Amino acid sequence: MNFLVVGLNHKTAPVEVREKVAFAGPKLEEAIAILNNSSTVKENIVLSTCNRVEIYAGVQDLESGEEGIKEFISKFHDVPRDLLDKSLYIHKGSEAIRHMYRVASSLDSMIVGEPQILGQLKDAYDAALKNKSTGVFLNKLMRKSVSVAKRIRTETKIAESAVSISFAAVELAKKIFDDLPSKSFMLLGAGEMAELAARHLINNGVSDVYITNRTQSRAEELAKEFKGKVVLFHNFIDELHYSDIVICSTGAPDYILTKDQLHKTMKDRKQKPMFIIDISVPRNIDPDINDLDNVYLYDVDNLQGVIDTNIQERAKEAEKAEQIVESEIGSFLKWLDSLAATPTIVALRNMAEEIRKSELEKTYTKLGPQEEKTIKAIEHLTNSIVNKLIHPPTAVLKSDDEDKEQMLDIVQKLFNLDLERDNNDKT
Amino acid sequence: MQIEFNVLCFELALTFYFLATIAGFIELFKSKKTSSKIALYLSLSGFVFHTINIIIRYFEGGHIPVTNMHEATSFFSWCILILFFFHEFKYKLGLLSSFIMPIVFVLMFSAAIFPREIKVLSPVLQSYWFGIHVIFAFLGDAAFAMACGIGIMYLIQERYVKSKNLSKLFMKLPSLQTLDDINYHLITLGFPLLTLAMITGVIWANSAWGSYWRWDPKEVWSLITWLIYALVLHLRLTVGWRGKKAAILSIVGFAIVIFAFFGVTLILKGQHTFM
Repeated sequence: MNFLVVGLNHKTAPVEVREKVAFAGPKLEEAIAILNNSSTVKENIVLSTCNRVEIYAGVQDLESGEEGIKEFISKFHDVPRDLLDKSLYIHKGSEAIRHMYRVASSLDSMIVGEPQILGQLKDAYDAALKNKSTGVFLNKLMRKSVSVAKRIRTETKIAESAVSISFAAVELAKKIFDDLPSKSFMLLGAGEMAELAARHLINNGVSDVYITNRTQSRAEELAKEFKGKVVLFHNFIDELHYSDIVICSTGAPDYILTKDQLHKTMKDRKQKPMFIIDISVPRNIDPDINDLDNVYLYDVDNLQGVIDTNIQERAKEAEKAEQIVESEIGSFLKWLDSLAATPTIVALRNMAEEIRKSELEKTYTKLGPQEEKTIKAIEHLTNSIVNKLIHPPTAVLKSDDEDKEQMLDIVQKLFNLDLERDNNDKT
Repeated sequence: MQIEFNVLCFELALTFYFLATIAGFIELFKSKKTSSKIALYLSLSGFVFHTINIIIRYFEGGHIPVTNMHEATSFFSWCILILFFFHEFKYKLGLLSSFIMPIVFVLMFSAAIFPREIKVLSPVLQSYWFGIHVIFAFLGDAAFAMACGIGIMYLIQERYVKSKNLSKLFMKLPSLQTLDDINYHLITLGFPLLTLAMITGVIWANSAWGSYWRWDPKEVWSLITWLIYALVLHLRLTVGWRGKKAAILSIVGFAIVIFAFFGVTLILKGQHTFM
């Protein structure tokens, strides 16, 4: 059995191609069913997300497996082969294992470290389990991939820091306030990015929400959605002292909140800290207010700066993660090797045992009935001879020698072992 | 033999506190995202020996061992540790040990320098007021020491948030509000303890020397300390001097506590100098 990945992702294929070959909804089970019946593919997992479409397969022969899968994708989606060949990547053997580890650990993702992909991979595996499309091989690889991903999450900081404006805003809020649910929040204006950040804050438990907007009806709409209260736009400054967190994104051409105004607000709220995020361009809040005590003002560039440092940080951590992947590949290959040796060892042992039994039978018929003591002695003698004879080859097969493939071959030839038959006997 | 065991316990405690301080510093600079508990375990180990040392001295002297500078400084750091462990287990603040253990270690190190022989408490001072006064005073000072450590943490974290420079340390330090809240609550703990210490001190002074207040340097500096922390609380409650200003004041306050503790005894000499 060998391992193969055929797929494409955001790096190799534009969205027009990706959407054509996606296995969305019912198509997924259909695809698994077809692959299950394929003669070249023994085991399969089909992963289809908006950034990647990949088929993980256990195949007997790499060449025919690759061809079979490519043909299958082309036919299934009715996509010409030459278009596919341009976008598809193929990983074989240990390369394929590396690829699956990297995908699971989000090292191959558009934004390195974003954890969604692991969940998507697990979903793909669930679909495979449901349709019984995996066996020992992919099951083990899948389990291993999940544990590698988890190891990387705990041992590196790859997924630690925020890499989007709204996540960065929440991350900062958590370093200013100790308990977000007890804080109140005002949304000034209704820009798209501000809305996203607001939603994220609310997801983190902030429930006392105030909304104000130049267009009253828009404010009411948002208030409904966020279960908040509407504040009239022309007197939002009077209500400002209730708010611990302010997100601002109006279309105003200049400052709608000045240092003096906020100075007064801070007095009204007895200097309790305030976190103000100004996402508007041009900026709507006087940048000088950051000089006020207990006021923390972040504009779009500041947040982007936070994100950039975090992305650099992730890139550094990704290097550590790649090392973990490498070491884990080694341990998986070792397991594969032992898997390859086991049938040969079993076959060798069976063969020896068969010879011993048939020879014993012959001897017993020749000798006639014997005392139990004698029978025991003969059994013991033959057993030790057999064990001593097959011990050295077994030991070699179990070892980690580099020329093990060759050894397996030699042992099979020397003893004329028929692996297929033995394996079938076993299962 | 017992004296030697007692000394051994002190030296072991000092060593463990030193190691905990080093571990705390390493914690500040290493890039792991989870802070390890090594510094905490080292300080707990030191605390066990330290406690044995204090118990032995208690039984040998027959009173709380604070009658010379060695004992007083050692007991002071022991009180800080009690509050430190309490906060560590209750709030699980990241990196607290990195900021508290250096204070503990410096105090213990100065304790190690002072002469160690046990002095007999002069009969005039022998009174149950002694124990009460001492416990209030030391726990109060320990709360101020903790407030100072937390204040330093606040200032560092505040700088990161203000300057928008979010380092690794930023991720590991607690939130500004947490630090400010705990700083405040430590001062509201320390201030009444200091007040009680002064009241019991005054009563005890009257029973020992026949006068309540003698403008002894220690008394004067205690009064200054008391006024400083009264001011800290007053400014916070009336005009909202919280956050950065409160943190700076709690560091200044502790500097005065330390001067009142060492400076008065070593430089100004007063009734509280037991040597």
